[in-house]
Amino acid sequence: EKLGLGRPALPVEIAAWDLDVAPDGTGLPEGSGDVFTGEEIFAEKCAVCHGDFAEGVGNWPKLAGGQGTLDHDDPLKTVGSYWPYLSTTWDYVNRSMPFGDAQSLTPDEVYAIVAYILYSNDLVEDDFELSKATFTDVELPNTDGFIIDDRLEAEAHFWTDEPCMANCKDSVEITMRARVLDITPEVEVTKATAAEAEADMERAEEPAAIAPAEEAVVVLDAELVSKGEKTFKKCKSCHQVGEGAKSKTGPVLNNIIGASAGNVEGFRYSKAMKAAAADGLIWNETEMAAFLAKPKKYMKGTKMSFAGLKKDAEIDAVIAYLRSVSGR
Amino acid sequence: TPDPLITEVQDWASGLGDGVDATPYGLPIEYEADVVRRNVEWLTADTISSINFTPIHALDGTITPQGCAFERHHSGAIELRKEGYRLMINGLVDTPLVFTYADLERFPRENRVYFCECAANSGMEWAGAQLNGAQFTHGMIHNMEYSGVSLRTLLEEAGVNPAGKWVYVEGADASSNGRSIPLEKAMDDVLVAFKANGEALRKEHGYPVRLVVPGWEGNMWIKWLRRIEVTEGPIESREETSKYTDTLADGTSRKWTWEMDAKSVVTSPSPQSPIKHGVGPLVISGLAWSGRGAITGVDVSVDGGKSWTEARLAAPGTDKALTRFYLDINWDGSEMLLQSRARDASGYVQPTKAQLREVRGLNSIYHNNAIQTWWVKTDGEAENVEVS
Repeated sequence: EKLGLGRPALPVEIAAWDLDVAPDGTGLPEGSGDVFTGEEIFAEKCAVCHGDFAEGVGNWPKLAGGQGTLDHDDPLKTVGSYWPYLSTTWDYVNRSMPFGDAQSLTPDEVYAIVAYILYSNDLVEDDFELSKATFTDVELPNTDGFIIDDRLEAEAHFWTDEPCMANCKDSVEITMRARVLDITPEVEVTKATAAEAEADMERAEEPAAIAPAEEAVVVLDAELVSKGEKTFKKCKSCHQVGEGAKSKTGPVLNNIIGASAGNVEGFRYSKAMKAAAADGLIWNETEMAAFLAKPKKYMKGTKMSFAGLKKDAEIDAVIAYLRSVSGR
Repeated sequence: TPDPLITEVQDWASGLGDGVDATPYGLPIEYEADVVRRNVEWLTADTISSINFTPIHALDGTITPQGCAFERHHSGAIELRKEGYRLMINGLVDTPLVFTYADLERFPRENRVYFCECAANSGMEWAGAQLNGAQFTHGMIHNMEYSGVSLRTLLEEAGVNPAGKWVYVEGADASSNGRSIPLEKAMDDVLVAFKANGEALRKEHGYPVRLVVPGWEGNMWIKWLRRIEVTEGPIESREETSKYTDTLADGTSRKWTWEMDAKSVVTSPSPQSPIKHGVGPLVISGLAWSGRGAITGVDVSVDGGKSWTEARLAAPGTDKALTRFYLDINWDGSEMLLQSRARDASGYVQPTKAQLREVRGLNSIYHNNAIQTWWVKTDGEAENVEVS
């Protein structure tokens, strides 16, 4: 019996939230995108984590390669080698990517990115264009690689009402020990944690974000700032700036130039960044430029999984842009 | 010698403690500061799309406090206030509906205790004994009393069309974490919950509203639940194709492996909870659970599985919830290869790792419910090992 609670959902509301795409393409919007366009967008918005060729950066997912490895040790599971339906890729990119900036892509951009992912898996040629119309023409290699849960049959012998209670085996030997690998995280002693917290407080009390006088009077070049804003798109999936900015994958970057390293409240920095902060690292222009050029080389152990800005001009522009943004 | 803790007047016996206004919503006392969730840094690329572990080695009973119940999110734990909360039911229904949080509170309510286990719990142990501690090997689990509305009630309010065979459920966070659930399960025991253990859900568990899918893998328990779509078929989302599928030795993969099979673990003694009192009376304690029904019994072995003794259940097992077991022994100080083996109402007996590998090969990630072995040494320290 109905209680008459709630209200009818409006068509426009359903359209706003009902974004899922089924394997037969149901739910796809109009649009199209080609491999070349996809490559450009991918480099700008996806390569930070997934690599220029969708090969993955660090622990972030690899999207290409691995075909023919599923029956090997440590199979490589990618869109090309494992994912059964292209709709899943479209749906996920559209709904949840880029990480930290979800639902910012247009349908055409999603089509283009998915076309590029297909290309990076050698599944289409470089002149390929993906569209709503051509979508179901694409079949992924592992479409038939899945079976529905068969544990009830394949593992029927685990349903044995009378398990062995005595003399179940003749001998028992230890065949593997966890301590040999030694990968269990160390559990800090409470005392050490307390000391660390105290040290953090001391650091926080130190005059933090005071910029050296000479840097405080730099006049900003509007054109450079504008260029920097464009380059900063590469950073936006992890970093926010401006009013109301919050720390996401990376810390808020308001007033970062001239500030002490590792001082955004509430952000969980890497051990490396904490150590640099304790040593008094200040993000002046020189240090920031070196960090942005090759983050992992500059600071071994940083959480920032960004390959770096290749051109000095880009670095200068981003720094100018960062000078221009503040939370106020 | 007399104990000065008894013979001398202690500060706490002469001075005064905190007033009732000291802690309006309490935290554990500082001496328990090491009983916290922990994460394993090398497991994931960052801590936002990641997981941490319940300190099961240090807890007792069956109810997991929310504050130390494991977290797993795919785009971080978002902040969504009740006033900003909307739940939509659409798809193959008579009337697509939108509910506010206040609407949900006006439907008839249920209270149920269920465990929630991540399909990847013990996943790092497939390759061999890896992590030293029950928290890390078995801590992707919690068990809470949920208050909420039966999903069936909400679906009936919208009116499911005969063509509807599945529901697609998704969250309000950036990952959305959508999953397809057969209508039969959705109409059975699934809850739309807004309280856990009597209090509002914590942010990290989906405040203000999450889905509870009893006995099925934790990934389907959508947090920040925002939409339920009745569909003809499954959507085959990322979380039910590229993830949460199980690759067998021949390269084919099982999908829709929803049920969490019967499993158990000795929580103490264990690597993080060694024996410190020497020989004599010893409480062996652990947890058992099954996604296919109630736990009917747990056997404990101290000799690596050569022989087994039936443990004492602290209370009769209940449907798809944690059961606490105890075995009280007189420890003679000799080494033990400590194991536990769960049995459930469906007649299933928890298998060994060798038995699982025989069927599934070595490339599995999810659904490792194998028997765990702790090597307890003569000094009472314990280590995670595998035995023949």
